[in-house]
Amino acid sequence: MSIRIIEDKCNGCALCVKACPQIAVEVKDKLATIDLDRCNFCGACVSACRLRAITIEIEKQPREDLSQYSGVWVFGEQWGGEIAPVVFELITAGRQLANARKSELAVVALGQNLDSAAQRLSDYPVDKILIYEAPELASYDPERYSRVLSDLCRELKPEIVLAGATTTGRSFLSRVAVQLYTGLTADCTGLAIGDDGLLHQTRPAFGGNIMAEIICPYTRPQMATVRHKVIPTSPKSSNGKRPEIVRLDPKPQLFGSRSEILEFIEQLDGTVNIVEADVIVSGGRGIQAPENFALLEELANALGGAVGSSRAAVDAGWIPYSHQVGQTGKTVCPKLYIACGISGAVQHLAGMSSSDTIIAINKDPNAPIFQVADFGFVGDCLEIVPLLTKKIAALRGRG
Amino acid sequence: MPQTTEVKIDPETHTLIREGVESQINPFDLYALEEAVRVRERLAERGEEATVTVITMGPPQAEAALREAISLGADDAILLSDRAFAGSDTWATSYALGRALTKLEPGLVFCGMQAIDGDTGQVGPGIAVHMDYAQAAYVAKIESLEKRKIVVKRLIENGYERVSLRLPAVLTVVREINEPRTPSLRGKMNAKKAEIPVWKAADIEAPEDKIGLLGSPTQVIKVFSPPHRQGGEKWAGDSPDLADKLCDLLAEMEIV
Repeated sequence: MSIRIIEDKCNGCALCVKACPQIAVEVKDKLATIDLDRCNFCGACVSACRLRAITIEIEKQPREDLSQYSGVWVFGEQWGGEIAPVVFELITAGRQLANARKSELAVVALGQNLDSAAQRLSDYPVDKILIYEAPELASYDPERYSRVLSDLCRELKPEIVLAGATTTGRSFLSRVAVQLYTGLTADCTGLAIGDDGLLHQTRPAFGGNIMAEIICPYTRPQMATVRHKVIPTSPKSSNGKRPEIVRLDPKPQLFGSRSEILEFIEQLDGTVNIVEADVIVSGGRGIQAPENFALLEELANALGGAVGSSRAAVDAGWIPYSHQVGQTGKTVCPKLYIACGISGAVQHLAGMSSSDTIIAINKDPNAPIFQVADFGFVGDCLEIVPLLTKKIAALRGRG
Repeated sequence: MPQTTEVKIDPETHTLIREGVESQINPFDLYALEEAVRVRERLAERGEEATVTVITMGPPQAEAALREAISLGADDAILLSDRAFAGSDTWATSYALGRALTKLEPGLVFCGMQAIDGDTGQVGPGIAVHMDYAQAAYVAKIESLEKRKIVVKRLIENGYERVSLRLPAVLTVVREINEPRTPSLRGKMNAKKAEIPVWKAADIEAPEDKIGLLGSPTQVIKVFSPPHRQGGEKWAGDSPDLADKLCDLLAEMEIV
């Protein structure tokens, strides 16, 4: 691989210098030069250069015939037979990709007693439902799950494999990708088939400050985990066509594991998982005391949403870490994010700025949160929130 | 036997350069480091000896982050740095780190949940596969540590899961696990005089088609700025007025 500046074309405009996330480009005597110790061949300079003066060359060949791979798989993540909501979003994405590739869409579910899950999936526009049942797969085990999915990929050769960017999806698809020696792009927010027939995967990096488009040209399957809520949930099939349910034979030799689940501890406070919520009411330092989070909870309940928080509120011990939104917490993109008493540090913004609509309530008119909020309310959230909850209740009472 | 404890600092750390903070420890890795140091301390109380070695893959400048790690309690550090690693994606990164770690034969490998820039969360599980170690991701607490077994509490979507793992193992940790310490005076002294070996691709016997751009299945073809969000309309006034306005807005959005 090599990166080269075509000297006749370069005019030293320095657009590449600005584009480089690695600070690996410098302009000396009106000519761009690249520091190869820093360059990681990301290609940012190539796309920034208007004069096409930078080229990256990669000499690489596939190790096998890629045309033997076809079809799109969605990993049917489930908990005790309950299909994770993100799976229905993946079906939307998978359907589009399969149509673009003129191939089949299958959902692959690993677990035990999956009959009702298979029935539920049958209502959706998928071609096949692959069911792999064994008592050893009843709950997620990284070693077993990855070995089984890798084995299925080797045998059935899907071209594309998608999973939700959940704690399960992220921590086990990466194992599968390593086992199969293929590429995995984590946390995608966009997927499309390019003119080259490849899966073009878009994902945010640097806490959302940069978007990167990634391909996996020489190995299969092309794998991606996809963020919650960036793709709409698939509608049910309208043509009455039912998918074929295929039961796969379990191979007990794949079920070795060095880990054992002792217990599940369900968190009862804030029963709605924030990454799956359509509405998030989030509180920060301006909430002032732990008991005030109850005000946010009441509003969240009235709106059918969940309670989030900034890091400050978690650090103060007002609310558990699992509610934290931001760079060191969760990344969310609900339809509506209501930030109450959150100043809007960049780390927080990184976790929520891709929400569809942002409403901010803050006493400080200069709080940075207002720079990303679609609607800003300069005032005391401790007063406004309960008034709002009451108003909503009154409206509902009338309606 | 948990004789040696490894901390891995995410290889993508060096890209923090972009923010002008040259070679700082990835914030997620601070928790991994702190937990490793705590495990060493806990073992010491039981009369067992362990060392914490920090390893990162990055450009020569990443040495500064390793010194910082020593000031925070690590015993020693290794820098995996070679031009041949340039362009590594998560596959090639976890391969190289896995090779280097295998040489060290640690009982436990701690990784941050994810890097701050790439934030893929893939490198830790990737290392576990390359090393053929047991794995627990998103660990929020170490409940017990025995010679051959560790019990951890890991964060999952709807709560937690308690898992027992046979050692050796790779753990990726979340922020909830601890409160990292600040550097001690002794730590700072150690950091200053520490000699940090630099390992090249040849030192870990990594074939060139498995590292760097050549060893990476994925390829970044375009990098662009996301659509910039702009602040919208702003209202100020009495709380009841604002609550009314907000309620109207939610009604307009068909939320209520």
